This record gives sequence, structure tokens and C-alpha cells, in this order.
Amino acid sequence: MSKPIVATTSLAGCFGCHMSLLDIDDRILELVELVDFNKSPIDDIKEFTQMCDIGLIEGGCCNSENIHVLKDFRKNCKILVSLGECAIMGGLPAMRNNIPIKECLEEAYLNGPSTKDANPEGILPNDEELPIILDKVYPCHEIVKIDYYLPGCPPTADLIWNALVALVTGDEMKLPYEVIKFD
Amino acid sequence: MSSQVQSIVDKFGNDATRLMDIFIDISKDKGHVGEEDIAEIADQLNISRVDVEQTLSFYHFFSKEPRGKYNIYLNNSVVAEFMGREEVADAVEKATGTQFGSVSEDGLFGLYDTSCIGMNDQEPAAIINGVVFPKITTYRVRELIKSFRAGKTVTEMVNSFGGGQNQSALIKSMVTNNLNRRGAVIFSDHTAGDSFIKLGSMKPKEVIEEVKNSNIRGRGGAGFPTGLKWEFCTRAGNKERYLLCNADEGEPGTFKDRVILTEIPHLLFEGMVIAGYAIGAKEGILYLRLEYEYLQNHLETILDDFRKKGWLGKNVAGIDGFNYDIRIQFGAGAYVCGEETALIESCEGKRGEPRNRPPFPVSVGYLDKPTVVNNVETLCSVVKIIQNGGEWYKSMGTKETSGTKLLSISGDVRYPGVFEIEWGMTIREMLEMAGAIDPKAVQVGGPSGRLIGENEFDRTICYEDLPTGGAMIIIGQNRSILDVIKNFTEFFIEESCGSCAPCRYLTVILRNRLQKIIDGKGVAKDLEYLAHWGKQMKMANRCGLGQTAANPILSGLENFIQDFEAKIEKGKDFDTKFDLDKAIQESSRAVGRFPQA
Amino acid sequence: MSLIKRIFSSKTEENISGEQKKEYSENEDHKNTNKSNVMNDKIKFTIDGKECKADKGANLVEAAKANGIFIPTLCHLEGVKPAGSCRICNVKINGRFMTACTTEIADGMMIENNTTDIQELRNIIIETLFVSGNHYCPACEKSGNCELQALGYRYKMLVPRFPFEFEEKVVDASTPKIFIDRNRCILCKRCVRSLKTKDGKSIFAINGRGHKAMINIDHELANKMTDEEAQNAMDTCPVGSILKKERGYVDPIGSRKYDKKPIGSEIESVNK
Repeated sequence: MSKPIVATTSLAGCFGCHMSLLDIDDRILELVELVDFNKSPIDDIKEFTQMCDIGLIEGGCCNSENIHVLKDFRKNCKILVSLGECAIMGGLPAMRNNIPIKECLEEAYLNGPSTKDANPEGILPNDEELPIILDKVYPCHEIVKIDYYLPGCPPTADLIWNALVALVTGDEMKLPYEVIKFD
Repeated sequence: MSSQVQSIVDKFGNDATRLMDIFIDISKDKGHVGEEDIAEIADQLNISRVDVEQTLSFYHFFSKEPRGKYNIYLNNSVVAEFMGREEVADAVEKATGTQFGSVSEDGLFGLYDTSCIGMNDQEPAAIINGVVFPKITTYRVRELIKSFRAGKTVTEMVNSFGGGQNQSALIKSMVTNNLNRRGAVIFSDHTAGDSFIKLGSMKPKEVIEEVKNSNIRGRGGAGFPTGLKWEFCTRAGNKERYLLCNADEGEPGTFKDRVILTEIPHLLFEGMVIAGYAIGAKEGILYLRLEYEYLQNHLETILDDFRKKGWLGKNVAGIDGFNYDIRIQFGAGAYVCGEETALIESCEGKRGEPRNRPPFPVSVGYLDKPTVVNNVETLCSVVKIIQNGGEWYKSMGTKETSGTKLLSISGDVRYPGVFEIEWGMTIREMLEMAGAIDPKAVQVGGPSGRLIGENEFDRTICYEDLPTGGAMIIIGQNRSILDVIKNFTEFFIEESCGSCAPCRYLTVILRNRLQKIIDGKGVAKDLEYLAHWGKQMKMANRCGLGQTAANPILSGLENFIQDFEAKIEKGKDFDTKFDLDKAIQESSRAVGRFPQA
Repeated sequence: MSLIKRIFSSKTEENISGEQKKEYSENEDHKNTNKSNVMNDKIKFTIDGKECKADKGANLVEAAKANGIFIPTLCHLEGVKPAGSCRICNVKINGRFMTACTTEIADGMMIENNTTDIQELRNIIIETLFVSGNHYCPACEKSGNCELQALGYRYKMLVPRFPFEFEEKVVDASTPKIFIDRNRCILCKRCVRSLKTKDGKSIFAINGRGHKAMINIDHELANKMTDEEAQNAMDTCPVGSILKKERGYVDPIGSRKYDKKPIGSEIESVNK
């Protein structure tokens, strides 16, 4: 049997979950034995080249591109896992969810301490090439069907490791108390 | 310092348990109870401002912010919707230039959605500055708003009188009684005070025995044996006892108490005297919903008449040492106050949050004293039981459910109104009696009851089979069952006191999931979820409101599953309501980009 | 890959302390036999079949605790009149659902605490609380010491089953000593019930009703709060809704209350 194929992505996240994935330390050598990676920042494959078994999604959806990528993952992965608080509930980016979009944009591009002098014409970026932001940050499972959830900010390396091993081997996942954290 | 507020607080003895009355009086003067009033009340009662505000903010008819000169409280019960509420609401918004939930810019009109105001037999109906306007049409809306703009008062806009006592000088209301069927108990002929002759020869214990013998059970819906309740109360050690009459009929679709209070309030007060005598009460309190404020003068006059006749006051009805009076305590728009412990809290000037039980009110009730809370209909029945005996009463009804029941029938029927029936009638007979028009479903007992379909129309109305507080909403074939269920669920969301976590928010979750199905975005799993989550409500919550809040959904799923399934997306196991085009609208506007097709 | 369905099931108590419990119950039996000779006036009852004893007048949460059994609570606060509002402590007593915090223990009560349907109810309540507010745990000063979060950990909530609604909640930072962050409030009313001024006035109260209900603070009284009172207010709050100003993230990650040990484990291991 060929090795299961894993894809990963970071949507509206900080790459902290990916860092935590790398935090499995020397087990990464075992991981390479266990799985192959397809589309992922880890191997820098930009587009799916084949159907994958497991997709790990970091981050929630804050813009139109996130939606596109997430739907692409759903299409190309048999199993999708929401990795971390942002994917699961929007996380810190979702703290803008009760602030009107216009106010958010103006704070970011017009009034913020780093932009207020640098943007004298008061331009809100609006290039067709730029993804457009959504009315709020959405948890991934409010866009596509998500199969499993690994909470944490980031999820602990042990949690990610246990989950991957369980997914690959089909064994029951170990969930000791210490690995489930929401922060 | 405004001495006005001060004198009102003084009038009620600087007593924090009279906060409801204080708010009502201040609201009458000013239209609202503002920040300064709150501070003044707090100082004078020596409690904190947040304590004053927490009671104030609980009730629909109180406000901290100024409301309009004319405040239109338009009923949003499901029958109001059947009868064209939406059209009327649109007309009101258009004519006043403001939206429901707000006050017009000129401060003239305040518009408020309002849970059932007890006029389901004459919808759409609204309360405007205390006056009930039934059977509103768009024509009437334009007329009213135009006249109000021209400075007319609400009483000047009363253009007809309902029948019976509604025409009396003390009521002068447009409300009609629609008393479609008189029975042998409540609405049989009665001369006020007749039962007192017999009462004088009975010991309190004998009164209780007679009531027990009649097997009458509480008419509010829960059906606790009345005689037993009284007995429990007399067993409580404390001698300072209270009788509370629950006239807060808030269950959407019920309006029987309105007709009693209009036509035969003397019978109710007589019953309150009997009950007071039986339990040895110090005082009787009629807890009356503010929606029926228009009956106040009428009721107070009858109470005065009772006092003049010696039926209230010292040595009531000639019984030595029986000193007893009745006062009216108004609520202010909170369905949950129909729950007896919430009602007690409200009487004490607090938020109407149900208490934990035990202890039960019969041992720790109003002001922590032993208290009996009885329904209006129960107390009226008691008068006849004392007069004619428990055996007579038992001769009516079914084996386990004695006597008669008032039904408030509304919805898709030719003759909406109050019907006094003997227990044991089938739903099918009832539909025939009221002239139901092509019935698809009946909501038995209001939203907290059970939504039944044709398959249950042969069930009989009684405790052995289909118990009810009497609200019967007939739903015709052309109605959307899901919309009906949503209306009921939203009623519970609005009326939850917010104390129990599941009642506070699981109701919202349920409503949202139902909306998803109505919007055509539901999948088969959503139906399982509704059933499973709804079931938790029964187990999880403290009071009847929370425990029954999912009943419309649960009995709907049971009896009208095909209506749900028809809305479910076929062949899909996942769908959220996410809509990308909608989600980018706001930011597209903000940056001046328009979504590409 | 088809085997995957078996994993990620959020089993509850067994995983946490099965062994601890076993050990504990042996000890407890031992203790009971010792005690029964001297304390015959104690009330006897069972929880999940285990024989327990408690003093007359104790409420069920405390009585269970005295027997080394954890019944989860959020609104309950020892020494304060129970509210029975969070409903987490729902148990089945003689077949009927009742909240343990509002129930005085009585002789012969047969209590079910750790059953599938009760646990499901508790999970649903916890998840309801998570979506009814805006609980951004990574940005919360109370994280690691929060009782709601701790229950989520204990019962292995990986994601609430309900959608997040992100309702707007207003933060009140206008008093000198404390913040009220209503995003995190679960309306347990611990503050309302227990935090009073010396002359008995309420500093906190509920405003509004239903899902629009929120905690209000009496500004005049809150302005007079001492540091000690502010700290007490923060400690009273089971979540991060009441916070003392100019203080936060005091305990490093790893040494906070619920980082290593589940909430309730202190009760379950009490007689070890």
C-alpha cells in the first residue's frame, strides 16, 4: 500500500499551527516514513497534483481566497481536519467580527499608527488581484464539511502527532488530558 | 429633585417590593423611567441603581429610554399573522415613518412587537397608550396615524364598543367578548355573594374538603389538585398566608380570563374570598397582566362594592374574625410571570425569574410566607362548587377530570371566542363546534402545549388524554406549519427570563436551525439535530417555559415530519447557509468594488 | 482509512480518572466502614450505585464532593445561595432530572451522575455557552484558570456542535478597578449574588431578559471598590468576564490551574 498523502494550508492563521506540526521534533523523521506531502507550504507545492488522503487546515476564512482554497481542499482531500482555534472558531482574526468592515479597513489603511502618514491619499486597497475580505471571519466548518477538529493555539505537537498517527494507522486516537487546550 | 417620583415612592410606603407599582405610576406620568428617576428611586429605597434597573429592564412595557407620545404595541402571535399582521405592520411603519423596535424621529410614535395580548379572537390587535385596538386593517392604520398626528387622543379614536360590559361606562372598550358558549359552571347564572350564605356555615377545613371532593384541578394547565394545594398551605406553620390569583394569561391564544374579568369579575372575587377563607389568608392579590389595564376601573369598582357590602375588610361576609382584602397587582409584559414562582417574584417587585423548587409556594411563597397561587378559572369554579357541592361538580366531565373547561379558540375558525365545555369533548367535536375551516393542525394549549394533526383529532380533552390550559389555535390547510413553529419558537426566545443557560440560548440555536430549513438549506441531519437538541430542553430547564419551549418543534417533527422533509435538500449531507456573494457585499461597498458576475 | 471513524470520539470520564476512581472507591469503602460506627446520624444515598454518606442539610454538590465525587458546576459558589441557573449540575434523582446545587440531600436518594444521557446534556450546555458568547480563549487573561474552559477540557470538547453567532457584546471598562467583558459572560450570576457593598447593596445586577440579558455594574458603587474587592470580584467570576485592571497573564502557561489536571480531579483524589 502506498503512503497516505497529506496536504496542508494556512488560511487566516499565523502559521503557528504549522510551526507546532514541526514541533514534533525527531518524530518528523517517522512522519516522513508514514506519509507523503502534496500541496503544502512545507514542500512548497502550490497546486494539488493528486487526490490526497488528509488535508490539514490552519486558520479560518477571512477573505474570498480563503474560501476558494478551502473548497479546493475539500474537493481534493478525503479527510479534512481543522487545525487550531482559528480554523475551528475564527480565533483572534474573528475578534473583528463585530466591527463594521469599513472601520476595520480604515483602521488598517488610513488611521493606524503605521499608515496614517504613509497613505496621504487615503486609499483603501482595491486591486482586482487582491482577495476581498468577508463580512466576518468564518470557522472552516461553516463553509465546508470538516471531518475532525484539533483545538489549541496552536494545537500541541503531541495532539497533531497523535491525530496523524491515528488517521494513518486507523487506531483509536490517544487523547490524554494535557493535549486538549484552547490556547 | 423631582418630588413627583418621591411622592410616588412614598405612596407605596417606600417599599422595594412595590417597585412594579412605582414604575407603572412613573411611566404613566412620563412615558418612561429615566436614568434620573432610577437614581431617585434607588436613593429613596436605599438600594443600588442596578437593582432598580434589573427589575425595570425585565418587563416589556417598561422603558428606560423615552418612548413615543403614542406607543403602538402590535401583537405578533401566530393568529395575528394569519389575520394579516404583516400588512398592518407595514402600513404602520409606512404611516409613522419608523421601524418596529424604534421611536420615530419626531418622538411621536414608538412601535413595538408584542407577544400575545389576549385578543386572538379579534386580530390583528394592538395596544396603543393602554387602549386596545382590535381588528386593525390598513385603512384603520392610516386613519389612526393621521388622527394622532392631528393631536387626537387614543380615547377619541375609540369608534365602537364591544358587547356586554365592554359598553359599560367604566370600560368603554372596542374589545368584543365572543362568549360563544356558556356552560354549567363558570358562565351559568349567578347572583354576586350567593355563595357567602353557605360559606358562613362552613369551617375552612370543610371548604377544603368540599373542594377536594370536587376533584377540581388547577385550570392554568399544570392541573395540580386545588383542594390539595390549599390543604398543604394550611399545614405550613406560618399563620401569615397569601392568596394570589394568576390573571397573567400570557399563553398565546388564550383569552378566557379577559372575558371572565369583563363579564363576571364578581364571581372571581367571590372565589378569592372563599379561597382566602379556606387557607386563612391575610390578603388576596390579583396579579393582572398590564395588557388588561383597560379593565382596571371596572375591577376596582367591583372591589369597592364588595367592601361596601362587607364582603371584604373586617369580618368578611359576616364571618367573625375573617379579615381579608384584595388588591390588584399589575404585571408589565412578561409571559414567564404566569409561572407561579415568577409571579410571586414579580409581586415582590423583582424580575420575574422562576424560583427553584422545593420549597414550594405553599410553604415559602409571597414574602416567603405560605402562598396559594390559583388560576382565574379555578377560583370561579370554586364558587359554584361551594354552592352546589363537590358531587354536583364531579357529575360533569370525565372520570378523572371533573367539571367544565373554558376554551379560547382562535385561528382558522368561523367563530373564534370562548367556549365553556364539559371535559371529554374530542378535538374533532371541538373543531365542528367552533366552525373550523379546513383544519390541518391544532395547537392544543398554546405554544407550550402540543401541535397535533388529523391523526390525533379523535383524542379527548381531559387530563387522562389531552390536557390543556384551554388555548386552541386552529391552523388551516393553507398555512405553513414550519412558519407556525418558528413563530412559537420565537415567542419563547422573546419571553425566556434568561436565567437557565439552555432556555436562554439553545432556543436561539433551535430557531436558527429551523430557519435554515425554512430557507431551503436544511439537510436530513438537521431534523435529527432539532429532535435531539429539543429533547434536552425538557430535561435541562428549571421552569415550565424552558421545559416546553421546544414543544412546537418536537410535536411538529412528530406529527408533521412530511412538512419538514419537503424542505430538506435531497442528496446532500452538508450545507451551511454561507453565501459568498452576500459575504463580500459590505467590503465591496467599502472599497468601491463591485462583485464580478 | 475507513477505520478513522472510530477515533476522535469524545469519551468522557473513563479516560480521565478511571484508575483514580477505582483506587479512590476502595479507600472510600474503607472510610465508610470506619465511620459508620461513629456517625449513624448521617444521611445515606447512592451516586451511580456507590454508597455515600453526608451530613443533613448538605446540598448534593457538596455531599458528592465529601464522597469524592465530582458533579460539575458553573453558577454554584460555596456559601452563596444556589441559583440553579447554569444547569450543568443536572443529575437524575430517583429518575428525575434535578440540579444538584439546589437539592438538599435526603435519605435514600438514588442519584445518577455519570451516565451517557446526563453527560450529553452537560456537553450540550457547555457547547451552548461557548457559542452564545465570544470566547476567544487565546486572547483571554483567564485562560487556563477558566472554569468553562476547564469543563470543555475535561469533557474533551473539540468543537462546539453549534454554529458561532458572534453576537455583539459590549465591554464596560469605565470603572477604575475592573473590566466587564460581556463577550465571556455566561450569566451565572455569581457576582450578582455574592458581591455586595458593606451596607448590602448590589454592585452587579442583570439587565434585560432572555438572550439579551447581560450583567450591569453600578458605576457609583464600583468606583469605590478597593483592590481587594476587585480581586475578589475577579476570583468570583468563573470565566474571564470580570477582570482586575492592570493585571493579567500572571501565571505562566503550564502552571495555571487547569493546565495539567482536570477540574474536579482535586475532589476525586481527595482521599487518595
